[in-house]
Amino acid sequence: MKRVFVTVGTTRFDELVERVTSEETVQALVDRGYTELVLQVGHGSDVPGPESYSGLKVNAFRFKDSISEDMKQADLVISHAGAGSCLEALGAQKALLVVVNDKLMDNHQLELARQLHSDSHLLYCTCSTLTETLKTMDFSTLTPFLPGQPQNFAKFLDKALGVASQC
Amino acid sequence: MDMLLLGVFFGCTLIALCIIVQLVVVLRKGSKCKPGTKGSVCVLVVAGSGGHTTEILRLVGSLSQSYRPRHYVIADTDKMSEDKIHTFESAQSDRTNRPQYTLHRIPRSREVRQSWSSSVVSTLYALFYSVPLVFRLRPDVVLCNGPGTCVPLCAAGLLLGILGLKRVVLVYVESICRVETLSLSGKILYHLADYFFVQWSSLKNKYPKAIYMGRIV
Repeated sequence: MKRVFVTVGTTRFDELVERVTSEETVQALVDRGYTELVLQVGHGSDVPGPESYSGLKVNAFRFKDSISEDMKQADLVISHAGAGSCLEALGAQKALLVVVNDKLMDNHQLELARQLHSDSHLLYCTCSTLTETLKTMDFSTLTPFLPGQPQNFAKFLDKALGVASQC
Repeated sequence: MDMLLLGVFFGCTLIALCIIVQLVVVLRKGSKCKPGTKGSVCVLVVAGSGGHTTEILRLVGSLSQSYRPRHYVIADTDKMSEDKIHTFESAQSDRTNRPQYTLHRIPRSREVRQSWSSSVVSTLYALFYSVPLVFRLRPDVVLCNGPGTCVPLCAAGLLLGILGLKRVVLVYVESICRVETLSLSGKILYHLADYFFVQWSSLKNKYPKAIYMGRIV
């Protein structure tokens, strides 16, 4: 069983939901061996039902207290460019495809996705190139995203504030 | 009458000058301030909303047991952060068996996308709550990472120093989401924080005074 998890974050991204559930994209996912599609659609106008997707089991919901379980169980995460979602997916060491909403004005949330893309931690596309990207994507070229090092911060602060180190 | 006005004018100028001189003195003393030498460091942690809170708890989690007690301040519209903090702290107290934290609320100083002018008003309003809180808690360190709430709290911390009551060390860690530009809080606190961290080299290039040690959350 191979699962795709789509997340749009706290707002909505109808174009992504429509695109992902379009016949063409569903076929592309099935061709790549995916058997299950779970969508978090936020305030989107439509919550796709489980019917009429050939070869793909579809489940959708608006919000959950935590989507970390959905992240964990996914083999591929398709996400909006929000920093929180990107970090959560990469933190869980998931293959991540970020879909940029080009209808939104440039906002600072995009900074992080762009940087993570140029450091080759994720793939990046728009709604209009989504299907094509799903057909050709290759995650083997990406480099793993290593967790940040808060202990370096703690060491620095101990020294700066004169806290005796405990080792 | 003219003399009186002139007197008031000079008086005010003198007070303003004293405050500025004192502010400069306080800001310069920052790196010499070592609250850790007395044993434990009392920390005021400014938790923002959502992502900010997750990030700051990772930082707090890296600190040793010398950093206690920990006083968390959250914006009063934020329920999620409160739950996160309680979960985080109860995991911490498993190690020591006694909780060493308190939680406080102040009015939110700036909602996302709030306009500049109304931000000023609500920040002043938040300051009105921040000053008594910070004066009561008297933290050694204020640790924050960018929510609007941190500006009035840092200002209150500075005020303690200006009045000569206590030198509060301000530690600011810019959110990992900020790659090319600082947040509004960051732009203000870059000039005031004693230790200002950024997590991407492009920001270090733009803001040379910042401390850069890679990603720390």
